[in-house]
Amino acid sequence: MSVTKKPTEKKATRAAFGDEIVRLGESNKDIYVVDVDIGKSCKTDNFIAKFPKQHLNVGIAEQNAAGIAAGLATTGKIPFISTYAVFGSLRMAEQIRQEVCYPNLNVKIACSHGGLTPGNDGGSHQAIEDMAIMRSFPNMTVIMGADYHSTRKLIAQAADKYGPVYLRFTRDTVPMIYDENETFEIGKAKQLLAGEDVAIIANGDTVHLALEAAEQLKEKGVSAKLLDMHTIKPLDVEAVKECLEIGRIVTVEDHNILNGLGSAVAEVMAEEGKGQLARIGVQDRFGESAPYEKLLEINGITVENIVAQANKLLSN
Amino acid sequence: MQRTSVEELKQHAIELRKTAVTMVYEAQSGHPGGSLSAADIIAALYFREMNIDPANPKWEDRDRFVLSKGHVAPIQYAALALKGFVPNESVYTLRQYGSPFQGHPDMKKCPGIDISTGSLGQGLSCAVGMAIAGQRDEKDYRVFAMVGDGECNEGQIWEAIQSAVKYQLDNLVVFVDNNRLQIDGFCDDVMPLQDLEKKFDAFGFDTTRIDGHNMETIVETLDTFAKQKNGKPKCIVCDTVKGKGVSYMEDQAAWHGKAPNKEEFEDAIKQLEGGLPV
Repeated sequence: MSVTKKPTEKKATRAAFGDEIVRLGESNKDIYVVDVDIGKSCKTDNFIAKFPKQHLNVGIAEQNAAGIAAGLATTGKIPFISTYAVFGSLRMAEQIRQEVCYPNLNVKIACSHGGLTPGNDGGSHQAIEDMAIMRSFPNMTVIMGADYHSTRKLIAQAADKYGPVYLRFTRDTVPMIYDENETFEIGKAKQLLAGEDVAIIANGDTVHLALEAAEQLKEKGVSAKLLDMHTIKPLDVEAVKECLEIGRIVTVEDHNILNGLGSAVAEVMAEEGKGQLARIGVQDRFGESAPYEKLLEINGITVENIVAQANKLLSN
Repeated sequence: MQRTSVEELKQHAIELRKTAVTMVYEAQSGHPGGSLSAADIIAALYFREMNIDPANPKWEDRDRFVLSKGHVAPIQYAALALKGFVPNESVYTLRQYGSPFQGHPDMKKCPGIDISTGSLGQGLSCAVGMAIAGQRDEKDYRVFAMVGDGECNEGQIWEAIQSAVKYQLDNLVVFVDNNRLQIDGFCDDVMPLQDLEKKFDAFGFDTTRIDGHNMETIVETLDTFAKQKNGKPKCIVCDTVKGKGVSYMEDQAAWHGKAPNKEEFEDAIKQLEGGLPV
């Protein structure tokens, strides 16, 4: 694809879940939603209104939600557990491991409030280690779309793909990058820009920042390749290897710099034995109550820092 | 179809106990105590109550069984073998590399296992999910789950209980293998559970309490109490003896997860062949 204009319209990717799950529920009566008392916030209201027989609300009991979803899946249902990323990855981590991933059941974990996006809720609600945990479970697929349309497409693919999938959404609005006809494939990086001097690999709500950084670099005569790595597991290893032809890679994620996208890319680079890497992400520290943008800023997840890290690699 | 008689069920229970003890002896690893306390309930379920087909273990209308206390897998494997889901001799590969008979039940490896379990407190939630699916799909199948009393230390058990009541799952029957012991000793010392019958009842289950080794009572409870279609899930608290049928294992927490040596094994089989003193 080519990017011709700056994104302007914004939408939260949790809204993509709310809209796509209705479309899926309409065409497939085996699609279930398991809510844990935060349906409104996770945007399942329309699904509940339209398909009450495909909906459960088990109250504030995430562990039970995971087990119930597993039980449903053994009968052929395709349950989406809808919660916040901090609970969907941590409160029910062992249940996901034991009853979803170990028996490889067709359960989807659909999580709003990914990364620093629940800014004012504070550090207790900011999921900065969720993708790392989920990436560690055999059989699990881990996805975060960059914007509304890509997230909808990836949710639809997750529903079609057999097996456990962890889907992470933003609470806050993020710019729309793609048009609705764009196609996405789980496990295949989306190239937004071709480039020769530096490769930027970003995911989720940081892709639009990377896009803007690439444009600023271009104005300074630096040609940046940009990949939207919406799936961190299975990682598109070939796409990372292609970036190694450039050799200089900057990763950007709204997640701890440990064990997320940056680490996944670093694993490929280390095994290939080449390349230079700069990882941008949450600096292995808990967040606090603040506007989401402020939290990004104090962790260096900014356009300016992406540009700076790219330039630093170029000057090495 | 002629249903299995109480006398036959008692014989089956002895066979299951012998097989389970032999499996643990052969593996020199596993959990004999809880396997023996659960044996009579398992025999009644597999050989009389459950609508299952060994030739078609994934039959979608089958009754389901969830062994939430997954560590007593040997007694379930023994039932699967005697029922014909798996070849009789194959179960003696318990806990060996490549065996379908994993240390804890694995639905991907062993025919007749409806859900993988092993981490305590989780299986009952899965049983609730299965029961909800049956209810929503207007299927007649029922879901039977067995939890340990010690397992009821886990908070998730109570989450599952709440949801079973909310969704009015009268197609769900929960057995509590109330053998009063857990790994570190008596439940009353490790973490007192108070009166489980009253607790299930207070949470909204139809609850009864029986002698979990009296086959007549087990069968009668399954025939009457457990079959009421009244919008309420059922709980049968079964008073049992850990290690039941092997004198030196009875009421001994030490036999929770220990394999007998040759002498102990031969003694166990001799005692079990002598019949079950009820």
